Order: sequence, then structure tokens, then C-alpha cells
Amino acid sequence: MENQEMSKLNRDELKAFREDKIDKFAVESNSGKTQIVIGVGTCGVAAGARETEKAFYDEISEQDIAGTTIVSETGCMGLCYSEPTVEVKVPGMPPVIYGDVDEKTAREIVKKHIQEKTVLDSHVFDRPASDIISETEKDTDYKQFRIVLRNCGIIDPEKINEYIARDGYKALERAVFEMTGDDIINELKVSGLRGRGGAGFPTWMKWNFTKQVDNDSKYIVCNADEGDPGAYMDRSTLEGDPHSILEAMTIAGYCINAKKGYIYIRAEYPLAIERLKIAMKQSRELGLLGNNILGSDFSFDIEIRLGAGAFVCGEETALLESIEGERGMPNPRPPFPAVKGVWGDPTIINNVETWASIPVIINKGGEWFSSIGTEDTKGTKVFALTGKIKNSGLVEVPMGTTLREIIYDIGGGIPNGRAFKAVQTGGPSGGVITKEYLDTPIDYKSLQELGSIMGSGGMIVLSEDDCVVDVAKFYLGFTIDESCGKCSPCRVGGRALYNILEKIIKGEGEPEDLDRMRVIGETMQKASLCGLGQTSPNPILSTLRYFEDEYLAHVNDKKCPAKKCKPLITFEVIPDACTGCTLCARKCPVNAISGERKQVHLINQDACIKCGECFTVCNFDAILIK
Amino acid sequence: MSVTSVEEIKFSNELISFISEWKNQPGNLIMVLHRVQEEFSYIPRAAAKKVSEMLGVSLSKIYGVITFYHYFKLEKPGKHNIQVCMGTACYLKGGEDLIDELENVLGIGVNQVTDDGKFSIEAVRCVGCCGLAPVVVIGGKVFGKLTKKKLPEVLANFED
Repeated sequence: MENQEMSKLNRDELKAFREDKIDKFAVESNSGKTQIVIGVGTCGVAAGARETEKAFYDEISEQDIAGTTIVSETGCMGLCYSEPTVEVKVPGMPPVIYGDVDEKTAREIVKKHIQEKTVLDSHVFDRPASDIISETEKDTDYKQFRIVLRNCGIIDPEKINEYIARDGYKALERAVFEMTGDDIINELKVSGLRGRGGAGFPTWMKWNFTKQVDNDSKYIVCNADEGDPGAYMDRSTLEGDPHSILEAMTIAGYCINAKKGYIYIRAEYPLAIERLKIAMKQSRELGLLGNNILGSDFSFDIEIRLGAGAFVCGEETALLESIEGERGMPNPRPPFPAVKGVWGDPTIINNVETWASIPVIINKGGEWFSSIGTEDTKGTKVFALTGKIKNSGLVEVPMGTTLREIIYDIGGGIPNGRAFKAVQTGGPSGGVITKEYLDTPIDYKSLQELGSIMGSGGMIVLSEDDCVVDVAKFYLGFTIDESCGKCSPCRVGGRALYNILEKIIKGEGEPEDLDRMRVIGETMQKASLCGLGQTSPNPILSTLRYFEDEYLAHVNDKKCPAKKCKPLITFEVIPDACTGCTLCARKCPVNAISGERKQVHLINQDACIKCGECFTVCNFDAILIK
Repeated sequence: MSVTSVEEIKFSNELISFISEWKNQPGNLIMVLHRVQEEFSYIPRAAAKKVSEMLGVSLSKIYGVITFYHYFKLEKPGKHNIQVCMGTACYLKGGEDLIDELENVLGIGVNQVTDDGKFSIEAVRCVGCCGLAPVVVIGGKVFGKLTKKKLPEVLANFED
């Protein structure tokens, strides 16, 4: 179909192929045809993108404009809160991004925008960032800057042509024919790129260690086991731009002379796996993966290995065990994977976001990359902005952007007029940051100083309705469940902390519990074998640091200020507001509410199970949570 | 589950050829178990036994791997397994309430199957659709921005 030239390409042929594709796209966009580009990442599909797509096709055919309209697919545009999202490019009109496009809106877009040339203002969303591939100048109008997500929401991830037309495989070509392994490492060093998986280790050093080991067999691994709850940067990148990962891994293979790479990916990401498989097949067909890449004597291939739902496998030594088909239990380091990795051979492990940055660094140069960001941290970071936030979605910002800019300028602030309480970064390994620190420029160092971490990129906004004790318990519940049980500080300490939190939430906490948790937590940080155990007390220690008063309210006053912890709250009827409509009494699942029609109702506290149903159904705001 | 005797189990030809393809590749166990679960929706003991024979790996090691990873199941789930996301965003936005409501409506707990074998409930880790929180996944289809009220409507899609 679209790859007439299925044969393998050499260097010159790839160049010609790219020029040809660029021309073709230019022709296509100047062809006078209307383009409708639909975002079909997991979120888009979940929100109904397939139904929307069908509605477009139906309406196009009803309006009889199929000959002049092209419908295509792309990955996630990052505007998750407004899925399904669609970009419409009508010749002679500026391109428009529409959000919340259901079937009805799709038909309206065809009628109004395409046929009558009138934009549907109510559904228009801003483009999130300028395009670093086609635009040379950085447009300062945008808060976001997209390096990792450069192709997401722009290309069709299942078409290698589109990737190639946008500088795809240009970095590989340059690396293989113009650079030595040391040149590549030097470029990375100049760029200042640090591992985006969370720990922030300089990427060039990792590569250099591996390169320096004298061993016949070496491996490249992509860590796509994105297990951090509340984070989906890697999924979106893989779904939206799979070739960028393949290209970067192949460059690393050339750099350290490895023949084989593994992508270790969560089985829970079926669409990302599918797109990777398609991408691998395409690049093998064009000679960009496999034997004698681009006609050179360098050969490299990639294999997918599936994770199976174990958060600890994000830890690199556990991940290696899992690739080898074993239980994913971590091992002490050293030896580091750079020296002893897959099958005992030197291995580079980087996460998806790190890999996706690399082709850009090779193409545009390390210096270009290092001009973005702060003194401490170069480049950009992708965050999954979720929780109590208006515009939840994927955002990529230059390092040094403040939390306030992300939460208020990009995220639109807290919905329903509620007050901001804190933002949680780093997931189960991270901590909270309060409003006093919202103007902190984000980099590895600043977040660490605040008692949190950059982490892999989950950014969860908490409002005044969220209880920090409950949130700490949520994270700890996660890590004790995910603890592999190999070392006792993590296995026993985590459980002990969890038990104390449960006690506090039940209203049975004692003042000494706070210090007990600090002691246990600090012991776990020092004595656990791997990163999971060392960081799992962070959500508690960090909330204790900033919200000690809230813990004390639970412990001393037996109250939950956020009114979230059920054992510590009561539901009462406000007599002046109750109209005696009987709705709450009828809805109460345990018949704990009594009262005659048009009489003030009463909740029997002994029978109440605090399900909150009365509060939810009351039409007169007559239920008070105390 | 019987401990002493294990009934024979039939693998499809595709599964058998998948296993032979992977047999000589190092670190094949997890990949093979994924494929087995894809065929049976869980890993029956008889299937684990057969894999053990085909790959020459001890049953105890297979059991160790299955129980280490959340993804692998030893019990057969319902025809429609309802996965309720309990990632952070979904948790904050009421994922737990959805589980409570499902338990009420279906009369079963988490990791249990309804008597007619139609539904089961599973609490899962982040499915990566945080923008649509809270979400539930049934048969690979994601239902986002759910509320207790909308659940019956969602379940009605799976009444067959």
C-alpha cells in the first residue's frame, strides 16, 4: 500500500526517500484537500475516537466530499481532558484543533467548518506547543516545548513515511556514517541529558561505562515498564511515536557495538505494543533495523519482552531478572547493569523518555539541547498532569518551568472553585509540594530539596478535599503490595508504617505514632536493598514535613480536616435546610435515616455506614459532613 | 484445585507453535505464560504442568513466576472481567466508590466471580488513562469519567 519501496535502503536511498516523502506531504498539504487528523491514543479511543472517526466518514460521504477530504490518525495530542481531539486543516484557513469531538460535533465540523468555512468556536483548543521539526525559531507564546512529544499528535504512528519525512532516522544515518561511538557519547555529554526514569543519572556516563567494558556481547534495553500509578508519559510516547525509540536504541547499539536490544514493556499497554511491532516490521523492511543497517556493516535488532504487572521491575536489576523470565527481584549494585546486565553482559538501560530525546540531540546537537533548561538540568520533561486539575493531560515543558505555570497556566487550576492543597510528584517514591513553593523552577535538584523527586513524571494535584494521610496510605498500600519481600526493611518496615496509618485513619492514633513513622521511614531509606524500599516512605515523610498539623488533627482531635477519612466524620441533617422530601431516607442503604414527609429527618449515627449517599442525593444541601 | 491428579488440557496449534518457537530462546517463560493466559484467560494448573513439560522448567518455578506477577491469574475470571483502575488519579476521583458499587450491584467481592460466571471484579494498577479518571476497563474497552450512577448503563453493554 503505502510502502511501494519495500526493499532495504542504503544511506543515499534513505535521503532520497525522505526528500520524496517531504515533497509528497508538501503536495498533499498543498493539494487543496481538507485534512482531518484524529487522535487515537488509548485515551482518545476510550473517549470515543473510533466512533468520532466513523461519524466523520459517514458525514463526508453524505456531503459527497470524499474526493477532497483526507481522514488520518495520529497519536495523543496531550489534551487528555478534551478527548477525542481532532485537527482540521482546510486550505486557506489556519489549522484548528477541536476537543470533545463526539459524533454529533464531528458531523457539525464537516457541515460548518469544512463546508461553510466557519469555525466552531465552542470546541476550539489551543495548539500546545510549536513544532521543533518544522519551525526553527522557538515560539515564546507557548509554555510547552516539545522534544520528546515532537511527533505525537502530528504523525500517524503506523506510517514510517511520516516519521522519516520529519527527520526520522536522520540521526541514525548521521551516527552510523559520520560519527564514532565516542563522538556520540561526547554529544550526549555536551547535551547534559540525564535519565528521565527518575534518578537522573547522566546518560553519557551510563553509555560510556558500558562502552568501556571489553566484552563481545552487549545489550541495549528500553525500560517501558511504566508502573508508577498516575503516569502515562511513556505509553503516549510509544503509541504516538514508536520509531523514535527504535532509532535511538539502534544509535546506542552502534555506539557501544551491541547487536541486540530489548524493549521491556507492560502487558497492560496493548496499543503501544501493537504500534511497536508495526514499527519494527517497517524498519526491518527498509533496512533500518536488522542486518547491515543502511548498507553499512553494522547490524542490530530489537525484541519486545512483556512485563507482567510488577512495579519493582521498573528497578533496573529487577527488570533484568524479568527479561530473563525470572521473578523480578532486585539485586545489590554494584555490579551495575552497565557492567553486568542482561545475561551477565554489559547493558545500557534507559527509559522511554530518555530514548525519545536522543535522535533530537544527535540531529540538532548537544549544544542546542543544553541551551534548554536550568543550570542543573537540561532539556525538557514530560509530565502527566492529573488529579484535581481542570485541564488534565500530558505536558512537556523546559526544565526550570515553575509548578505554578504548569498547574495554573497550562492546567487551568483547580476545578469547582476548590482550593489548591499540594502537588504530588514522583508517585510512590516522591512527595508533596505545597503552595509556598509553587514558584520553584523545576529541576532534579530543586524538587529534591523540597523533599520530593522529579520521578518519572506523574504530577498529581491535590485539592482541599484530599486528605494527605489518606493519600500517604494509598501510596504505601501500593508499595507494600509491590514489595518483592527480599529485604526486611522494605518488607517489614512498609507493613509497620501501613498499620500505623490505618490506626490513625481509624481515629486510634497516638501522638507517639508520628515519631515512630519517622524512625521507621528513615531506617527504610537507609537500609533497603533497592530504590523501591528506599523511597517508599517518602510520601509519608514528606506529608509529615508539610502537613504535620493534619496528622495531629487525626491523632489528637480525631478529626479529618479534609473530611475524607470515614471513621472520623459524621453525617448530620441541617434542620433549617431539610425540607423533609424523604429522598435521603429512601436512598440510605442501611435505613439509618428516619423522618416523616415534610418533617426534618434524622440520621441514626449508630447505624450509619458513612457511605455519603445522603450527601450525594440531597437536593437542598441539607446534609452536613462534620 | 486438585493436587494429586491433573487432567489433560488441550493447547491450540497456535499456542503449541508459539511455544516451540520460543522453546530455545533464553528467558522465554514469561512470554510463554502470557500466551497461555491469552488462550485460557488464566493459567490453569494443567496448562502450567504442560508448559513445564514442554519447556523443561519445574512446576515450582512456574508457580513462583505466576504468583510474583499481578498480571497472571490462577483462577478463571468471569466472562467479562471488570478491571477497576486504582491508579492515583482514579483513586482520588472515586475509584474505590466504583468498586463498592460494583460489589453491591453484582453481589461479589474483588477477585470473585458471579455465580453465572458472567462478571468478575479486579482492582488494577494505573491503566494510563488518568485524564479520564476514574476509569473501568471491560474486555479491553475503557470507560472513562465514570460515576456510580453510570455503572449499570456500562454493565448493560455486557448482558450477553
